[in-house]
Amino acid sequence: MSCCGTSPGYDEIDGVSRLVAAKLAAFLRTLREAGFAVGLQEGQDAAALMAAGYAEKPGLLRVALKHLFSARKSDWDRFDGLFDAFWLGKRVRSRSLALGSAKAANSPSLKSLQGGKSEAATGDAATDQIPSEGDDAPEGRAGEGRKEGASRADNLADVDFRRMADPEQIEQAHEVAARLARTMRTRLTRRDLARRRGYRLDLRRTIHGNISHGGVPITLVKRQRKEKPLRLVVLLDASGSMSMYTGVFLRFIHGVLDEFREAEAFLFHTRLAYVSDAMKEKDAGRALDRLSIMAQGAGGGTRIGESLQTFNRWHAARVLHSRSCVMIVSDGYETGDARLLGREMAALAKRCRRIVWLNPMMAWEGYTPSAAGIKAALPYIDLYAPANTLKSLTALEPYLAKL
Amino acid sequence: MKTRDEIAQALAGAGYIADGELATAISLMQLLRRPLLLEGEAGVGKTEVAKALASVHATELIRLQCYEGLDQSAALYEWNYQRQLLSIQAHRGVEAETIEDRIFSEKYLLERPLLAAIRRDKPPVLLIDEIDRADDEFEAFLLELLSDFQVSIPELGTISAITIPHVVLTSNGTRELSDALRRRCLYHYVDYPDIDREARIIMARIDGASASLSLQIARMVEGIRKEELRKVPGVAETLDWAAALVGIGVRDLRETPETVHETLMCLLKTHEDKSRVTREVTERLLGKVA
Repeated sequence: MSCCGTSPGYDEIDGVSRLVAAKLAAFLRTLREAGFAVGLQEGQDAAALMAAGYAEKPGLLRVALKHLFSARKSDWDRFDGLFDAFWLGKRVRSRSLALGSAKAANSPSLKSLQGGKSEAATGDAATDQIPSEGDDAPEGRAGEGRKEGASRADNLADVDFRRMADPEQIEQAHEVAARLARTMRTRLTRRDLARRRGYRLDLRRTIHGNISHGGVPITLVKRQRKEKPLRLVVLLDASGSMSMYTGVFLRFIHGVLDEFREAEAFLFHTRLAYVSDAMKEKDAGRALDRLSIMAQGAGGGTRIGESLQTFNRWHAARVLHSRSCVMIVSDGYETGDARLLGREMAALAKRCRRIVWLNPMMAWEGYTPSAAGIKAALPYIDLYAPANTLKSLTALEPYLAKL
Repeated sequence: MKTRDEIAQALAGAGYIADGELATAISLMQLLRRPLLLEGEAGVGKTEVAKALASVHATELIRLQCYEGLDQSAALYEWNYQRQLLSIQAHRGVEAETIEDRIFSEKYLLERPLLAAIRRDKPPVLLIDEIDRADDEFEAFLLELLSDFQVSIPELGTISAITIPHVVLTSNGTRELSDALRRRCLYHYVDYPDIDREARIIMARIDGASASLSLQIARMVEGIRKEELRKVPGVAETLDWAAALVGIGVRDLRETPETVHETLMCLLKTHEDKSRVTREVTERLLGKVA
């Protein structure tokens, strides 16, 4: 009978712990949905923590789990909200906020520019032209709208997207980007590889190989520098005046990020947004949907100078090193202060190896770099080239390979 | 296991003023036996955490500074080539295999930080500094070491850890670390300290810094950090500046605005920043210090 006396108690404890385990599993699922990289091992450790007495004090548990589950600054900042939402029942607001930010995580500024529209538009991806009409109409200014006002009415921007949606064109764009990427994997590093015709002696392998000669190094093993890709940082102008080209370039950037081991991408119009993470989405279509949403909605001109200032101040130290090439894709129509642009270009030029400025408008007949922006920037640019067709993109290849 | 308050106290005793979250992280480190990854701006005191931790545990600090091109022979072990060559010369005529056995023994092995860290009798603190500067290959290699705590040397066989070290990694975020490494570690983001904590740090580290002066310095630095600067001063710079002011004999910042302005070179490290913080800016900031 004694066994009957003990078994319900045992069941009870088991039931409680099962409940906690289920709740914990649900929390892990929530975290994964919000973009946390949480594996089985972390789950086990969390269970161990709860068993160790952390579960009794929510505040302590939150801090402990925060350290365990976060892997980067963005996780770190979001965790408290998610935890409170899940365990303390402050549910609706913070949770949807966290999920929303996971979707468009890298572009709070752009998101706020568009208001709630980005959320609504995420669902149906193909129709990104429709909300943009409403967005652009009040903001389109005289000087701005001149070049593409008509084209927008004809939905020319849409044609560009459509053209790139044609499988053959996609294939071509990807191929160009991939080939570009391959030829650019040519930077020297200090990491050595064993080579027969290297310039430095590999003592370890030499001695090992010459023991049978009584230690006299007869056959020498040498090492040579391994080649390493350069880092490419792309800053893409997504303002209204560029709208006809952003689609193509987004495609190009996606290819570059795919192929390069080290590449970063930023979008700017009136603000700068970091988009590498969004671009690293495996599925090109989905990545582009996310980005075209980020890219549009700001017809109000380009503040290249301010965007560069943001870049120099917050991102440059992290993404640039001495083997970086910065590629700016913009028409140079600066609506902000051109002198600021000049200053920031100077600062940027000091930090990286090369600055390439691609200007799709350059190939237009009768175009001269008269825009104040481009005039201020020209002295710091190493290569100023048109890039309005796939062909002119390909023409860049030999130059970039030489970097 | 120590509680987090005990840890915070012990760290304070070692000259590091930690916030509650960091103390929790360190107690978790011991509980879960995971490495701790510290991220944050340069100069917020990431490296100091490891140093303080070593002094709390009264153990050795083994430091591996990462750089691009860091490889196994600089991080893990290296054979002592000179001695090997000598030995080969000294034993001419002996059979090759005998020599090989001799020169590839532990006697000829040079320990580098990672190997040293797992072969100590008392678990040391292993600081892997600025892991983001090393390249991906090294990161992958490190991952293997951190999960198994054993090292295989082709000529010798596998060397298992005698003790598991307390591992602290730091990163300035110049390169994105792999998800695998991040997952392996506990994560803590080190931010600039708030005014109170910074004042306490100054008092703990600088002899002769009074409470009121420390608070003034902390407020002043806080104000400077809010200016548009290229290079925001970290805690290390604050301490430099505090040491300079105490050394000169300043008691109250407001009494000696000239000296304050002239010694700002301890905080401002680029020409642009220097010219941005003019005398007027200094005066304005001093006005808020009170």
